[in-house]
Amino acid sequence: MTSDTLNPRSWLYPTPRGLYCEPGDFYVDPAVAVSRAVITHGHGDHARPGHRAALATPETLAIMRARFQEMPDTAQQPLKYGESVRMGSVDVSLVPAGHILGSAQAVLEHKGQRIVVSGDYKRRPDATCPPFEPGPCDVFITEATFALPVFHHPPDAVEIGKLLRSLDTFPERTHLVGVYALGKCQRVIAMLRAAGYDKRIWLHGGLASLCKLYQEHGVDLGDIALVSDAILETFKGAIVLCPPSAIADRWSRRFFDPIPAMASGWMGVRARARQRGAELPLIISDHADWAELTQTLKDVGAPKVWVTHGREEALVAYARSIGIDAEALHLAGREEEDEA
Amino acid sequence: MQAFAQLLDALSFQPARNAKLRLIEAYLRVTPDPDRGWALAALTGGLDFPAAKPALLRSFGEDRIGAELFHLSYDYVGDLAETLALIWEIDPAAGPPPTLGEVVETLQRATRIQTPAILKHWLDALDSTGRWALLKLLTGALRIGVSARLAKQAAANIGDRPVSEIEDVWHGLSAPYRPLFDWLAGQGPRPQSNMGGAYVPAMLANAIDRAELDTLDPAHFRAEWKWDGIRVQVASSGGVKRLYSRAGEDVSNAFPDIIEAIDFDGVLDGELLVRREEAVAPFNDLQQRLNRKSVTPKMLKEHPAHVRLYDALWLEGEDLRGLSFDERRARLEAWMTMHPRQRFDLSPLVRFTDWAHLAGLREEMRQDGIEGLMLKRGDSPYVAGRPKGPWFKWKRDPMLADCVLMYAQRGHGKRSSFYSDFTFGCWRPSAEGRRELAPVGKAYFGFTDEELRWLDKWVRDHTTNRFGPVREVEHKLVLEIAFDGIGRSTRHKSGVAMRFPRINRIRTDKPADEADTVDNLLRFVP
Repeated sequence: MTSDTLNPRSWLYPTPRGLYCEPGDFYVDPAVAVSRAVITHGHGDHARPGHRAALATPETLAIMRARFQEMPDTAQQPLKYGESVRMGSVDVSLVPAGHILGSAQAVLEHKGQRIVVSGDYKRRPDATCPPFEPGPCDVFITEATFALPVFHHPPDAVEIGKLLRSLDTFPERTHLVGVYALGKCQRVIAMLRAAGYDKRIWLHGGLASLCKLYQEHGVDLGDIALVSDAILETFKGAIVLCPPSAIADRWSRRFFDPIPAMASGWMGVRARARQRGAELPLIISDHADWAELTQTLKDVGAPKVWVTHGREEALVAYARSIGIDAEALHLAGREEEDEA
Repeated sequence: MQAFAQLLDALSFQPARNAKLRLIEAYLRVTPDPDRGWALAALTGGLDFPAAKPALLRSFGEDRIGAELFHLSYDYVGDLAETLALIWEIDPAAGPPPTLGEVVETLQRATRIQTPAILKHWLDALDSTGRWALLKLLTGALRIGVSARLAKQAAANIGDRPVSEIEDVWHGLSAPYRPLFDWLAGQGPRPQSNMGGAYVPAMLANAIDRAELDTLDPAHFRAEWKWDGIRVQVASSGGVKRLYSRAGEDVSNAFPDIIEAIDFDGVLDGELLVRREEAVAPFNDLQQRLNRKSVTPKMLKEHPAHVRLYDALWLEGEDLRGLSFDERRARLEAWMTMHPRQRFDLSPLVRFTDWAHLAGLREEMRQDGIEGLMLKRGDSPYVAGRPKGPWFKWKRDPMLADCVLMYAQRGHGKRSSFYSDFTFGCWRPSAEGRRELAPVGKAYFGFTDEELRWLDKWVRDHTTNRFGPVREVEHKLVLEIAFDGIGRSTRHKSGVAMRFPRINRIRTDKPADEADTVDNLLRFVP
């Protein structure tokens, strides 16, 4: 699989429209609409509407259809995990990334050289998607959202325990949990169920369609219902999930003395949690923390690592310290988002 | 330690007083002795061990992950103790985490040389929240917004007793307060209150206005000026001398000049002021001396502290609290006549014939350093808390200024979806020769619920910029601000700082151009 003479940057490189694979004539997670795109997962900074053709896992395509009015003008090419397809002179396959439902690493092979575009990923178990599969490669492109040694996301049970303990201490208050609609929402529900919480979980209307989509894909979310459908419900002592922005919105006034909670990897840093107005910060992330990132570099064993979106500097410094040829890769269209 | 860490963590994010109380209560109920006692000591500021130096924490961090990564991390987090707590990883081989009792008792015995190794071992055994709490405890800065009184209130609640009873016995106790918890659980006798410099719960007054006064008989009441300082209690017995804030916090360290001047046994109620020659200095001068662990000689000389006495609770071993105000006052006057003192004087009674007369005196008294009048029933005994009826405060009418709303911030708890903290400004000439607004204060009350809904909507409809939870708004809305005083300040951009500002009226009738200028405000400065 190695080819010492071929420069990987000669066939996969960043452009203003996104990461471009020249011999395959396609972009990976492009920032704008293009003619051919390979999409790693359904979050808004990776999956965008308007491509003429899009290749992704069937789950990711379903998510995109739900978000982009069915995408009638995009030719959709589903590719299951582990299957391979040839685009130009490049073999493309998708491997689980463990980030959200349908999330994949794009494995690209050209002239015996293999580059893995891992997209966003995490390494801890998640009941809503299959786990990340590390594979050998010549170049590994990694995210760096939480690439500082200060980011160690605690075990799931610890954070869910915080929420359940708060419900014990404040049994009459509504616990309003800010979650990103895609992935975080369904994972938090699954985590609550795993911790034995079997009461009804209430949802803001903005979370409904993706929860339904997860259920259709076999993810068990238990008893969920929409806040807007409730009549004479006091929500005292209830768990209500909503998009983070809704906590500050007038929408939240219907609840009794709510405790604003927020489920995000950023909650690990106190100043960030306060900035978001979280009174109950829950450190729950769908991205790899520092330990997972550094372990992954060791697991895949790639001699070259390109680091993108986030705190590239620290991860590049770490990778170099263990003898990896690492550099930052600046991609268009990536920013810090709530989904972290 | 883990349970205590979870408590500190929850408290640090919880802004509401009642919720904080509930959290502390829940902890005190389920945590065994002596841990809960040490926790109570930590929350009431009663724990003191040689603090870990920042240099030690930095060297721990750099050894752990290298200087470059540590620097990047610290840069991102901005707090040294928190950074170290976050980068450290739990070592499964380190054994179970220490209990709070172990931590406190070990540190009290450990030498300075032993401390780093002990600390390292604990960091290995604790989770991230535990490490953060440990390091905060060691660096001596909890900063979780819990006063000593609030922690005592929580202790009182678990035993279903008024907080004044805890305060009565508090100063005879020492951490980890086993006898206190036994008593609260109904399993032991009431601890002895040792009067050695103990705080006696203070008596407080209710606000009153001119109209309500007419329902009261002036002959029953005594009047005295309400000085604009800090209400304090001077407590001394058995050689122990203390100065307490009204809430029972020991502020002796910040006022050695007062402590030094105590040459008597007793508990006296008065107002702490900065006094130069005969004049009471503005409140700002007193503020310079508050919240300091130690005071420089220069500060002592330039801002000399003084206590103006209102009342005597104990004098020379005798509890006077059961006597009437008139009797206590007579005892205090006689005692002061016999022992005139530096740094202590008597707040004079204001003689008046009827309410109209007193109202006139109140109007005339524009002297700085006076906030208004206190009215006390001549027959009132000294009782803890804020009983309705015996004591009233009749504050001077507030000063008013028309200011322009500049920024609004979301509140907390019930107000978390409302823009309820308002920053407002006044006009001043800008560098370019035009006019600009300079922020002069911040207010988060004074309005009704209905006005709040109106203000919230106005803010949402007139936002020009957002910074996290803060919105900048169009400079269009005039707010009439009421405040009790104003002084020059170097910490504020506008150069002035208001005391107790609140929103008095929403002036939709007034164009922003016609709001007050900073110069107008400066005219209020004494």
